[in-house]
Amino acid sequence: MAGVSAPTPSFAARAGQLALRWSLIIALFVAWELLTRTRTFTPFMLPSPQSVFERIWRDANSGDLFINMALTIYRALAGFIIAAVLGVSLGLVMTRNAGLRWFFDPVISVGFPMPKITFLPVIVLWLGFYDTAKISMVVFDAIFPIITATIAGVRSVEKELIWSARNLGARERELMWQILLPAALPQILTGLQVALPIALIVAIVAEMMMGGYGMGGAMIQASRMADSRGVFAGIIEISIIGWIFVKAMAMLRSRLLFWHPESTRN
Amino acid sequence: MNALSSAFLRYSPLLILALAWEAAARSGLFSSSSLPPISKISLAWVDLARSGDLTGNTLASLWRTGAGLALAIVIGAVLGFAMAFWRGAETALSPVVELFYPLPKSALIPVTALWLGFGDGSKILLICMGCMLPVTLGAFNGALSADRTLLWSARSLGASRLRSMWDVVLPSAVPELLNGVRTALALSFVLLVSSELIVSREGLGYLIGFLGANGTYESMFAVVLTVALIGFLADRIFEAFVRRTLAWRE
Repeated sequence: MAGVSAPTPSFAARAGQLALRWSLIIALFVAWELLTRTRTFTPFMLPSPQSVFERIWRDANSGDLFINMALTIYRALAGFIIAAVLGVSLGLVMTRNAGLRWFFDPVISVGFPMPKITFLPVIVLWLGFYDTAKISMVVFDAIFPIITATIAGVRSVEKELIWSARNLGARERELMWQILLPAALPQILTGLQVALPIALIVAIVAEMMMGGYGMGGAMIQASRMADSRGVFAGIIEISIIGWIFVKAMAMLRSRLLFWHPESTRN
Repeated sequence: MNALSSAFLRYSPLLILALAWEAAARSGLFSSSSLPPISKISLAWVDLARSGDLTGNTLASLWRTGAGLALAIVIGAVLGFAMAFWRGAETALSPVVELFYPLPKSALIPVTALWLGFGDGSKILLICMGCMLPVTLGAFNGALSADRTLLWSARSLGASRLRSMWDVVLPSAVPELLNGVRTALALSFVLLVSSELIVSREGLGYLIGFLGANGTYESMFAVVLTVALIGFLADRIFEAFVRRTLAWRE
């Protein structure tokens, strides 16, 4: 399909598409409102959008919403950033050092497909119920896609590039910072884009299991109290965070890769 | 023999880690409850397997993942193909898919528990809802990636619309579809274990929580490692299946 690309849509066509998209999302909310108005579902099974938004408004005014959101975002992002730094460094080092590669390669190929969330009770046992445990769980889960993406990225760097740099007298450190990292960046960013949603999912599960403040804790509390408005308010709040995370990563990608052919393609 | 020894060399770091664990646990630096030696964990595993607790809960968990995943694959693939073949379906569904795709799937755990309680139903629904979208996107992208010239040729040679879909579009969609299923498979284990840890009275996740609360940590570690192993094996088996299914492409 590479040869036959679609013509760039005109502004009017794009505006029309955007309007259509939003009207469908609004239609979804209207359908939700109607389903609750007509009593197809009981307010317990599906509370009306109005009552859910009122609940979000009330939580926002009491300040609970911001404490919970800030804590969840902090845990997810702290874990994600630690995983990114550790994962990229480990991936880079593994491509440069045969001994480390020999040691970590099987560990990663066994660890990557495992459901690491199973180790949550073990991490609680070791680190307790505080932020350290939650953030460690996020790091443990988010680091694998970052390591594998970094390794794949560095391996796909053209040999000619590395040889030319060497030939021009680049040292190992310069080679790493000026050739390998930038050339592997697109794949590393893809790994980060996979890891960020994982970080959020894991942060929420950890909060649900350990309780306390945070979006996950608040939602599971609401579920135990059969407070369905609280649960649905949580879903909406969490999906907004998830959406912001995904969009922010995509923006970061186009910012960091402005020099790369993929950015100029469209 | 050569293959065996090279496999041994490749996986020996895992053996080293296991030995390091055993040594660390026996050194007395850590309390035996927080780091039981692997030898004791294996013994606890045998006990659990003998008592039947392990098999019963494993079967419960596998049933939940299997049913949820099967539903997710069927519904997800149908939706994805419908979106690819029929413009109306795409306009109607793509905003919904876009809206729900970034939703961290674990946020659905309390909802399904609220709707269907603590039993199998809520886990199956959770896994189905959580794993559907990767399959949908795989089917959709796969069907769109079908070579247009192949499709035109089939049509001009007299194949009906349905026939050319079946013979041309579906086979070329398979690799992407299977990619989506693989993502869904990994996600299904995450959702299964999380929901069983948090809201359940049966299953491997529940067993882990129960043993941990009882303070029988050796058994808890045994179950944790079992779940990790099952997840790993499921991925490897699926990978082998994909390789066989796609053998015709080489």
